[in-house]
Amino acid sequence: MAKLKVPVGPADHAQGPADAPVTLVEYGDYECPHCGYAHPIVKALQKKFGNQLRFVFRNFPLREIHPNAEAAAETAEFAATHDKFWEMHDLIYENQQDLSDELLSDLAKRLKLDARELARALETGEFAERVQKDFSGGVRSGVNGTPTFFINGQRHDADFELDTLGRAISEAAV
Amino acid sequence: MSKILPAGTPAPDFTLHVTPDQTLSLKELRGRPVILAFYPADWSPVCGDQMALYNEVLSEFHRFNAELLGISVDGVWCHAAFARDRNLHFPLLADFEPKGAVAKFYQVFRDGDGFSERALFVIDKNGTIAWSYVSPVGVNPGADGILEALENLPK
Repeated sequence: MAKLKVPVGPADHAQGPADAPVTLVEYGDYECPHCGYAHPIVKALQKKFGNQLRFVFRNFPLREIHPNAEAAAETAEFAATHDKFWEMHDLIYENQQDLSDELLSDLAKRLKLDARELARALETGEFAERVQKDFSGGVRSGVNGTPTFFINGQRHDADFELDTLGRAISEAAV
Repeated sequence: MSKILPAGTPAPDFTLHVTPDQTLSLKELRGRPVILAFYPADWSPVCGDQMALYNEVLSEFHRFNAELLGISVDGVWCHAAFARDRNLHFPLLADFEPKGAVAKFYQVFRDGDGFSERALFVIDKNGTIAWSYVSPVGVNPGADGILEALENLPK
């Protein structure tokens, strides 16, 4: 059974209390339709479990099959430096079917971020290393596609329907 | 089914088509580690399938000077279309005629299904199997085991 090799730490994007009994880590790709499908499921789980659940998102862009995935991941990291990671994360998934450089620029504007600064960051690859670090850690942990979930450090190999994930989280909380 | 060839076994040599007019023999790669990734079939319907994942991890494999070979019972034209569609940057071998013969040498052929297991072999630079692994049916094995095996190869 694959285990999370990179422990959740201060560099991670996390929602929920650090001492929650269950930590759910997702390795995701912003252009992957399965991750788009999982997005509202994760939201529902957060609502259901409240303070019992901490959610962490890490980047795993499959660049060769998803040409916009890297730029989207870097855009979310750019937003994070302005404390708007989760707002950007949600907006990208909610508009996933229209993903493009223009969309990312529009989303930045919508969050009152400087679109020119974003364009510069994307061009210079300012956040590429950060994204790659997530990716490499994921590979080491046995991420085998997107999305891959880890519940308290154990890879979740079953499907990611609401019931299945919810049950796995309940079991981990005991 | 008999058990998958274990570590310490000399890797059976083979010659298979990589393109309609090119073949590749395992022994041509002697001198560097080889990752042999058996998989059931091209065109599995998920993103981030096994071959797409390895494609993204190629640079990490290359740090060990390792060559990655994908291998399934699909024919060369099917492989060519699949590789083009998924932008794959490594060879896919057609274990097509006689069907699954190489998978049978490595003891990873699924009789009755007509395709191979999802099985991984890391072969050292001298042609000996250093690590082998069969993933449970339906579970993409990821790349962590391969990287660990490459790390553990004697320098």
